[in-house]
Amino acid sequence: MKTVRIILLPVILLVVFGVSASAQCKAFARKECLPNLAGYTHDGNYHAAVLVEGEEAELYKTFYSDMNYRVSIVGDEKLPDIEFRVLDSNKNVLYTNRDKNYSSTWDFKLESSQQLKFLIRVPSAGRAGQTPSRGCVAIMFGFRLKK
Amino acid sequence: MNRQFRISSGIGIAIVFILGMFLFTCCKGGRKAPEVNLEVDISGKEAVIQDIKQAEKIFQALPSPLESAMLIKSAGARFEEKLLNPVSNVNKYITNKSMALNLGVYTCNLSFASLYEQTQLLIDYMNAAKKMADGLGILKAIEQEDIDRLEENINNSEVIMDIVSQTFMNSNSYLEDNGQPATAAIVLTGGWIEGLYISTQLVDMNDFEGNKLVGRIIDQKLSVDILLRLLDGSKGIAAVDELMAEVEKLKKVFDKIRIDTSAVKPEYDPDSESTVLKSEVQTDMTPAVFMELSAVVKEIRNSFVI
Repeated sequence: MKTVRIILLPVILLVVFGVSASAQCKAFARKECLPNLAGYTHDGNYHAAVLVEGEEAELYKTFYSDMNYRVSIVGDEKLPDIEFRVLDSNKNVLYTNRDKNYSSTWDFKLESSQQLKFLIRVPSAGRAGQTPSRGCVAIMFGFRLKK
Repeated sequence: MNRQFRISSGIGIAIVFILGMFLFTCCKGGRKAPEVNLEVDISGKEAVIQDIKQAEKIFQALPSPLESAMLIKSAGARFEEKLLNPVSNVNKYITNKSMALNLGVYTCNLSFASLYEQTQLLIDYMNAAKKMADGLGILKAIEQEDIDRLEENINNSEVIMDIVSQTFMNSNSYLEDNGQPATAAIVLTGGWIEGLYISTQLVDMNDFEGNKLVGRIIDQKLSVDILLRLLDGSKGIAAVDELMAEVEKLKKVFDKIRIDTSAVKPEYDPDSESTVLKSEVQTDMTPAVFMELSAVVKEIRNSFVI
């Protein structure tokens, strides 16, 4: 029974910690990501996850020609600067924040409605012998009508 | 094989199962299935870390009810209260599926009412959405203080939009964070279908060619696959499977609509300090296909609110 307890304990801790970390992402998103949308209306959707260094996330969304958009992509301070790229349906890269000093926001508008793909990557800090950092990454969109 | 090893193997499989369930439920919109190899020695923490690192998060983002309502208004559509789901229906919804669908429907209705400055309706629909959220056990999604704040700022459209956006975020973040991605997907489906229903009902067939609202409806073809992938993340749950069958019917009609888009060229516009994604689009939807689409949407939407 001792063996069972020893093996199960880390699993229970991992699951509990994971759910707790996920819940903390909401507070993180509200505090660190949402304010970047000032001047835009947040669409109300919530996209956040706990990511580990080296891990990637993808987001698919349709954007409309009538709107101006701002995306805000923010990672926990424990993580390296978050890198993101935006691709069209033909996988052409339309924007990368590497060219903008890893800016956490991007303002854009479209001449015709498109489905875009956001590729979000937590780069590896590359510290040998250390456990990779993990933390929340939040992605939020704001919109306003074109004038 | 000694007893100690047999116990460890069993627990090992349990660990893989629990981790798999955790990774499956923690994120919105589905994910690529983590590659779980039962033969791997998972007793070490490095294996667990490796497993997490391989997991890839995939978000399928549908237009929110607020965004759908904004698109309808921006196309110059008029407000018609009779198209909304009456708040008197609120007591009909007693199953989780119907409450989730109508949380989306009522959130779309209250967004629509807020954009057209229908103040009393807005408060009524906020109360209806609160009832759905409360019924689903979503804590603090819409609190009385939100409704009080709404009443205090009834003429301040920015504050109203902010409250509507925040209450919707409270609902879907609660569902995501509490391992209910299927319910979150059903809420989004309800809101999206309601937006599509209102917009298709508002099209004047005598003014079909060049109608901006028709253009917005055609654009929704771009979101059908997103919706199906979102629901697919919770496939196997009866309520979700039923919805997928309904959305597949819709997709068949959308597939009759042609959208040809030229290559996208990004250009930075210094005046607006934003990137313009330049492209041209050609679309083709006949009135007959529109009527078919409108009928399918109506049938699905009415099955939600009945």
